[in-house]
Amino acid sequence: MYPRAFRYHRAASLPEAVSMLTDLGEEARLLAGGQSLIPLMKLRLASPAHLVDLNFVPGLEYVRELGNELRVGALTRHAQIEESQEASRIPIVHDCAAGIADIQVRNRGTLGGSLAEADPTGDWAPVLLVLGTEVVCQGTGGERTVKLEDFLVDAFVTTLAPNELVKEIRIAKPPKKSGGAYIAAKRSAPVYASAGVAVQLTMEDSNVCREAGIALGAVGLTAIRPREAEQVLRGKAVDAKSIEAAAEAAMHAADPQSDMRGSAEYKRVLVRALVKRALDAALRRSRGERVEVSHLYA
Amino acid sequence: MPEELQMVPITVTVNGQRHSLSVEPRLLLVSLLRETLGLTGTHIGCDTTYCGACTVLLNGRSVKSCTVFAVQADQGEVRTVEGLAEDSKLHPVQQAFLESHGLQCGYCTPGFLMSVCQLLDKNPDPDEKAIRKGIAGNTCRCTGYQNIFKAIHAAAESMKGR
Ligand SMILES: Cc1cc2nc3c(=O)[nH]c(=O)nc-3n(C[C@H](O)[C@H](O)[C@H](O)COP(=O)(O)OP(=O)(O)OC[C@H]3O[C@@H](n4cnc5c(N)ncnc54)[C@H](O)[C@@H]3O)c2cc1C
Ligand code: FES
Ligand code: FES
Repeated sequence: MYPRAFRYHRAASLPEAVSMLTDLGEEARLLAGGQSLIPLMKLRLASPAHLVDLNFVPGLEYVRELGNELRVGALTRHAQIEESQEASRIPIVHDCAAGIADIQVRNRGTLGGSLAEADPTGDWAPVLLVLGTEVVCQGTGGERTVKLEDFLVDAFVTTLAPNELVKEIRIAKPPKKSGGAYIAAKRSAPVYASAGVAVQLTMEDSNVCREAGIALGAVGLTAIRPREAEQVLRGKAVDAKSIEAAAEAAMHAADPQSDMRGSAEYKRVLVRALVKRALDAALRRSRGERVEVSHLYA
Repeated sequence: MPEELQMVPITVTVNGQRHSLSVEPRLLLVSLLRETLGLTGTHIGCDTTYCGACTVLLNGRSVKSCTVFAVQADQGEVRTVEGLAEDSKLHPVQQAFLESHGLQCGYCTPGFLMSVCQLLDKNPDPDEKAIRKGIAGNTCRCTGYQNIFKAIHAAAESMKGR
């Protein structure tokens, strides 16, 4: 399967990539890990006339701690995040990075590409939303920093201008006594999740919850924040009863569609089960317990 | 649509041998290997980034070569199944697949071998879970996987201390 012919442009720097995009117009697309774009081009669901390759721009692959932030270069591969010690200090980030697709896809696919693609079934959006994340974008007028909730507009739509690119992702590090977990269920490794649940709990003492962040992936056009479910937990003891109530509320907030990954009804029930598991893991992690969770094969 | 065919000069080292050539941008790495260089050990199964039959190592990392453009491998190093054996002596991973009956038709095998090389390179002593995770991107239609797991355990054992 060959994609349609296109012209290839190799950017040596980010400003050069921006000016190439500007000169080539809307027929041009950026090429990062290619793990979304190349399959689409092979199926001819996308046929850009020009590709601007970012892979030869130096210095775009890094994970760094800076103050209360984790800064990740746009071209950092999922596998590099999985292997990064800095990133793994935020367990929910490791859960996500290590569970995407399979190692071959994780070796190529990038964080910047995932967020720019804004696939409703992508794993990063729900995880980074509960942590609090900013996206640094670069365009002709220089840089701007956008909150992830404002960056993601709709399914496959972001606030990026056609000649603007993602440069860096800034993830807020959770405070002390905070624990998070991301659990997604999928049919096998190299497919997207049927549903995914990200939670981050910050506790007052060992039992009362100060702040609860929950986000649901793959069950709506963008990641869904089930505000009622968060409200159920905030300021309350996190126990079997409140977990059950939060899971129930999250299930009602989900807005899934029936497709080859399962019926809408199945996905709603799945969300309820995943919220319970994720809350349980997050609570234990907030107490410093080591809990291993990752993608489940359902 | 571009009127004139663009050819991009690239230099790729494949199994230790340097090749300088000109390629069309849409040429996939797997086609470069199979059709341009005649290295047909790397297979095409699904052609949709699912099955892993096309797995090779690019700069030491496993990739699905049906989902990488050849121009992206410029200045890079590629290792394929043809680069595993040395002087007709099988690589320990190949030997283990042979002895543990880790293959039947063999179609998926080159991809599995490359994934296992990547796995053992990162984790020389993988447990069952790590093994399952390491080959989750490879599909086999014949073996039922049990003998593949056995082969990987055996390969890890025989490569210890190497
Ligand atoms: C078999 C398979 C299974 C997968 N399973 C999952 C999964 O379970 N969960 C998951 O989250 N993802 C999954 N993916 C997708 C994978 O994570 C991709 O890597 C990711 O969605 C896109 O990243 P990329 O770097 O490959 O981007 P590309 O494919 O190179 O680009 C995607 C889009 O983003 C644009 N773009 C890329 N980089 C930038 C940038 N820096 N700034 C602006 N625009 C940019 C491109 O122009 C293009 O439109 C899977 C992919 C495959 C092939
Ligand atoms: S042929 Fe490349 S993944 Fe199947
Ligand atoms: S041995 Fe036949 S597909 Fe694996």
